[in-house]
Order: sequence, then C-alpha cells, then structure tokens
Amino acid sequence: MAPLVPAVLALGASLGVLARASHFSSAAVIVMSATTFAGSSQVAAVSVLGAGGGIVAAVVAALLLNVRYAPIGITVAQSFRGSIGRRFAEAQLVVDESWALSGGGTPRFDRRVMLGIGGGLWIAWVGGTAIGALLGGVVSDPSAFGLDGAFAALFLALLVSQLTNRRAIAAAALGAAIAAALTPLTPPGVPIIAATVAVLVGWRRT
Amino acid sequence: MSAAWITVLVVGAGTAVLKAVGPVGVANKELPPRVTELLSMVGPAILAALVVTEAFAHGRHLVVDARIAGVAAGAVAALVRAPLWAVIVVGALATALVRLIS
Repeated sequence: MAPLVPAVLALGASLGVLARASHFSSAAVIVMSATTFAGSSQVAAVSVLGAGGGIVAAVVAALLLNVRYAPIGITVAQSFRGSIGRRFAEAQLVVDESWALSGGGTPRFDRRVMLGIGGGLWIAWVGGTAIGALLGGVVSDPSAFGLDGAFAALFLALLVSQLTNRRAIAAAALGAAIAAALTPLTPPGVPIIAATVAVLVGWRRT
Repeated sequence: MSAAWITVLVVGAGTAVLKAVGPVGVANKELPPRVTELLSMVGPAILAALVVTEAFAHGRHLVVDARIAGVAAGAVAALVRAPLWAVIVVGALATALVRLIS
C-alpha cells in the first residue's frame, strides 16, 4: 500500500484543485471523495460539469466508469460476513487497488487485508482532496500548472493498464473515435457516454 | 441546491450501490461470462473517450494545444512503468512547460 499513498494523495489534491476551478465548494468535493471514493469517476464528473456538460451527463459518465464495481464486488462477495449494514459499509472500501492487492478474483482473497488497504487509501484520498481544495481556493487558474494535461495523461495510463486483450483494444479504439466524432456535435459529456456503444464490438461471437 | 452538490449526492449514492451489489446482494452467484466480458470493455471504451476529450476538446472544438505534451510525456512515463503519481507529475510539468514557452 505504501507506494500507492503518494499517488492517491497527488491525485486527490489534483481533483481538489480541479473541483474548485469547476465551481465546486471545498465541502462538496471533500464529501464526494469520502462517499464516492472512486478517483477516475470523480475526475470525470467534475470535468464534465466544469466544461458545461450538465448534471445528467456528469452523473452518467461517472456511474458508467463505476459499473465495473458490480462484477468486481461479485468476485469477492462470498468473503463478506455479518449484517447487511456491515457488508454495505465494508463494500465501500473495495476499490481497484485494494481489490487487486488483497488477491481479488483469486481464491487467496483476504477481506481483512482489503479493508486495511482500502481504509488507508480512503484516508489518503480524502486528505489529498482536502489539501487540493484548500490550494484551489488560492490558485486562480489550475491550467497554469498543467493539470488539464496531467488528467489526460492519467486517463491514458489507466487505459493502458486495461488493454489486456484484443477486444479491449478494439473497444478503446472505437470509443476514442466516437468521442472525437461527437465532440463538435454534442454538449460536453455526451461523447464520453456515447463511447460505451463501443462495447458492442464484443457482441460478435468469435 | 447547486449542480455540484446534486452531482456529488447522486454519484455517491449510485457508486455505493454498485460497490454493494456483490457483498450485499449476491450470495453464491456468478454473472454469465458473456456479461462479464461486455462489462470489462466499458472501462477501456470510456477511458479512451476521456483521453480524447481531456486532451483535445475545448468546448465543442477539437484543438491541439499544450495538453498534447502532457499526454505524450505521461505516455512515456506509463510505458516505462512509472508509478501513477509520476505520470501525473510528468504530465502536469510537460503541459505547464509547453504552455509557458508557447
């Protein structure tokens, strides 16, 4: 977990700065990090809203990025015990990193390890966001620090880590083409949502 | 209520439910492989779209500006398997530098 903390702090701080520039109050973005706790979806929601894309586009884009948590949660469902409330609360600490590092998707999955890593990352994420939100109140133009280019680079790095097979590559290529084609034609946010049509390349049975 | 707060609340509630689907809702089931396969492509499709819009969209226009330097630098960092925080820092520095000198 230790190597992840600087990454999570840096991304949280970047999100905080971006959110303040996108007309989020500090409280709103800190509450978002504490409750949503899913970085790329939060950046997407804040970016879409900041670009003038509207609430619906921001929400749909963010939730589509988090749809993966349904199958991810199902892979570890058997390890959770106790009341519904407790399982619901513990499930909130399942994020990509805590899931992967605790053996998610394998028989070695350890719920306690996942909770420890997820809890630590949650503290770093909310703390980083708070630092960024405070900085963002002082910084008037985050683009002077290249934050917009940094987020594009971040999404690219996350994308590369998911290109594990030919179908994923085909979906990514088609998704990028759809987004580029629709950007001049639709309000911000819509091209991102429309890009999910690209999963239909997977319908073709091979 | 502001657009920001509505977004915070709806995304928060929706994500909490998505995370809880497995641990709360599923006892001993698995999704059909076909569904899992399609869901696994949602991430790449959306992330690729986000790369395009974050790097090139300016309102409803596609433009090439300093952000491309950040993407390129970040791509190099990602290819040499640099940690995520380094990708962010390198991407920000390259973008800011090109913006400064152009």
